[in-house]
Amino acid sequence: MSADVDRVLEREHVAGDRGAMTPALYRVVERIRETDDVTTLCLEPLSGTRMEFRPGQFNMLSAFGAGEAAISLSGSPRDPGPLRHTVRDVGPVTRTLSESGVGDLIGVRGPFGSDWQVGTQHLAGDALDRRDVVVVAGGIGLAPLRGAVDELVVASREGGGRVFLLVGAREPAQIVFNDDLESWARQGARVLVSVDRASSQWHGRVGLVTALLGDAGFEPANCRALLCGPEIMMRFTARALVDMGVDPEAILVSLERNMQCGLGWCGHCQLGPFLLCRDGPVLPYAGVVRELLNERER
Amino acid sequence: MTSSIAELVAAHPFMAGLSDDHLAVIVGCARNAAFDPGDLLCKEGASADTFYLLRRGRVSIDVHAPGRGPIVIETVGPGDVVGWSWLVPPYRWTFDARAKDAVGAVAFDGACLRTKLQDDPAFGLEMLSRVSSQLLARLQATRMRLLDLYGDHRER
Amino acid sequence: MKRRPVTRRVPSGARVRHCLRGLIVVADDPGSAAAATVRVGDQFVMTVAGLELLIARLAQLGYEVKGPVVRGGAVVPGIVASAAELPVGKRDEQSPGQYRLRDSGDGKFFSWAVGPGSWKAEFFPPVQEVWRARRDGDLLHFRETSAGPAPLAIVGARPCEIAAMEVQDKVLKDGAHRDPVYGDRREGAFIVVVECGFPASTCFCASMGTGPGIERGFDLALTEIDDADGHRFLGRVGTESACTALAGITYGPVSDADVEARVQVLEESSHRISRALDTDGLADVLVRNLDHPRWAEVAERCLSCANCTMVCPTCFCSDIRDVSDLAGGLERRRLWSSCFDLDHSYLHGGAVRQSVSSRYRQWMTHKLSTWWDQFDTSGCVGCGRCIAWCPVGIDITEEASVIAASDGAAATSDETKGGVA
Repeated sequence: MSADVDRVLEREHVAGDRGAMTPALYRVVERIRETDDVTTLCLEPLSGTRMEFRPGQFNMLSAFGAGEAAISLSGSPRDPGPLRHTVRDVGPVTRTLSESGVGDLIGVRGPFGSDWQVGTQHLAGDALDRRDVVVVAGGIGLAPLRGAVDELVVASREGGGRVFLLVGAREPAQIVFNDDLESWARQGARVLVSVDRASSQWHGRVGLVTALLGDAGFEPANCRALLCGPEIMMRFTARALVDMGVDPEAILVSLERNMQCGLGWCGHCQLGPFLLCRDGPVLPYAGVVRELLNERER
Repeated sequence: MTSSIAELVAAHPFMAGLSDDHLAVIVGCARNAAFDPGDLLCKEGASADTFYLLRRGRVSIDVHAPGRGPIVIETVGPGDVVGWSWLVPPYRWTFDARAKDAVGAVAFDGACLRTKLQDDPAFGLEMLSRVSSQLLARLQATRMRLLDLYGDHRER
Repeated sequence: MKRRPVTRRVPSGARVRHCLRGLIVVADDPGSAAAATVRVGDQFVMTVAGLELLIARLAQLGYEVKGPVVRGGAVVPGIVASAAELPVGKRDEQSPGQYRLRDSGDGKFFSWAVGPGSWKAEFFPPVQEVWRARRDGDLLHFRETSAGPAPLAIVGARPCEIAAMEVQDKVLKDGAHRDPVYGDRREGAFIVVVECGFPASTCFCASMGTGPGIERGFDLALTEIDDADGHRFLGRVGTESACTALAGITYGPVSDADVEARVQVLEESSHRISRALDTDGLADVLVRNLDHPRWAEVAERCLSCANCTMVCPTCFCSDIRDVSDLAGGLERRRLWSSCFDLDHSYLHGGAVRQSVSSRYRQWMTHKLSTWWDQFDTSGCVGCGRCIAWCPVGIDITEEASVIAASDGAAATSDETKGGVA
């Protein structure tokens, strides 16, 4: 199998011309250091227009020479600016991505996966979803939710449901997107933040994020929930919500497994009946997912 | 010669000082229990219907997470008690409890205990005082552990 | 979806009339007799010499002709330039953890079942370059690998292997993303399937509806017959490509006796199949027995060596690796991997499936249960390779039947024990 097709840069973005495993070339136009191990990279394509995506989806980012990793899209689709990805340094590929500088070339494949269902395409006719929305984010889990919260806050001001954002972090220095938290609060969202361990400068709440559910103020019988964070956190939070009376069908979680191709070919992202790159990462909590979260070594 | 259930219950530190009347009440809910290493006494999410007094062997309280295996939260041993969720709705275990050695315990049926606590207020108060004092001790110890006393505490 | 094995009796009379239409007189010299055309659906009789002609014709048409050959004491895929290179006079004896290739004492080409290698490696190679990139200033130029100039012809695939290719098609070709190398190679391939007359004791294709006979999914199907009327093949034309390959080659007419002989071969073959898998409700049974004690028991035997996934014709897991060289070049490779590898499920610093029991459970529940959820088909075609090539002889059919027979055993092991101390 030695015959090759020469792909020249300028032809790359013609529709259908680029193979599913070949990255499109983007350049870093801005990098934001969120915490000591979390970085946001803002990317612009070398040619053509920025890709369309929905909050909750992810891209496979290539750090050329190091490899490829699944990274959440943390931007808002309605924001016309560069494509935002928020990366946590947990290995060689994410380390290289985190250390990318402005002007560096990054490969992008995607967007892949299911989304948080907060865009206008999820409205039935002209009906706005007026249910309360409870968004619970643990640690870096706020990154795949950021675009969704943007959409929800805007929808809320146009008659959509009230937005309740509960954020948990290990300690104050680990809280991401502080400016956005303030902005969303100013736009009418109820934003509660809690840390597991305080610092001397912290005057906010200290305790588990689930402890915020009690006085958040949403109506359990008339709400939907979006959860993202460590699996234990999502499992316990979902249970607490159900105990409060939230319909399990109204809870979405974002699941994570080893991801290598994003195309449903490599088999790594399997979780029971699902291929998370295709059927997830966002999945409804009810039924199969609820059982899966309770199973060990699945 | 094997001890009777009543003797085993009376010998356990959790029951120290319990009157003979109250001992008779509680023994009605008790049976012997034995576990092999690796057996689960409690499984996260399953219905919590047993209260254990550990007599022999160690038990780890742990929680499972993908990629991290079972994470041990705490270990308990002879003289300790395992299982509190039988007391509080929705009566479901929050964590796993796993036998680390061959474990011998006295197991109390949770529903039976709850009925007796309600039927006999004096007995109920006696038991809840003991439970409260155990929970308080565990809570304070857990809070101390949150301080991460041995860690690097330079603030960044 | 499950396909029923071929055991129907062909009514004589009507069928034969259909078969006789469009058939031509046999000749060893293809240029001499007047050649008529065959059409899709036709049957014909081919001699051993005819098989030789077919192989040569496929090479002339530009195919890279491959088929089963004997190498290292086993039947494996290889280049075939003539019929003599096929496994003539060989019989395989297979059982859990055992494979032996012996002389059959007859002159048949296909009196064996399956060997360790499957045709999966032809469409989905164990190591594949996906693309190669080189730097140009601070830009990158990509060169994507394509399917290659010569299409593949397989002479001598087994019915279960066709079924396996169709299972892999759902993953790599017919899903949301089409692998162009796999897809082009699959669509360009010419496949001659030979129905099975001598299943091994490890075969359970009949349970999976994938054999020993076959009705569709091939360009040409052959059934080897060796009886009083001679050593010959009953052929069936599956596609227009087959008509093209057969054009100008002359074959014999099909008689009632020939058709009956094929039915005999398939019936005897079905009777030889001794292993079975009861698939009725199996997918549900497995996923509701995730804590069954049998998983721990099989884990005491399983070496987690991944042999089963390597020989399995449907397993598709792969690793994606980027490799760079000192000259500034970059290559993305796809390599076969296995869910038995400890790092297959690597996440957040460790493997999700750390225990051997969880990995065996993953493989078996995927193969027989969650494959249905993911791809709307079973992942197993009943070829039995995993049974023969497991070093400790673990038998997937036995594991499934033990769990099904003690469905719910998990429930009691979940509950807390309370025996007398």
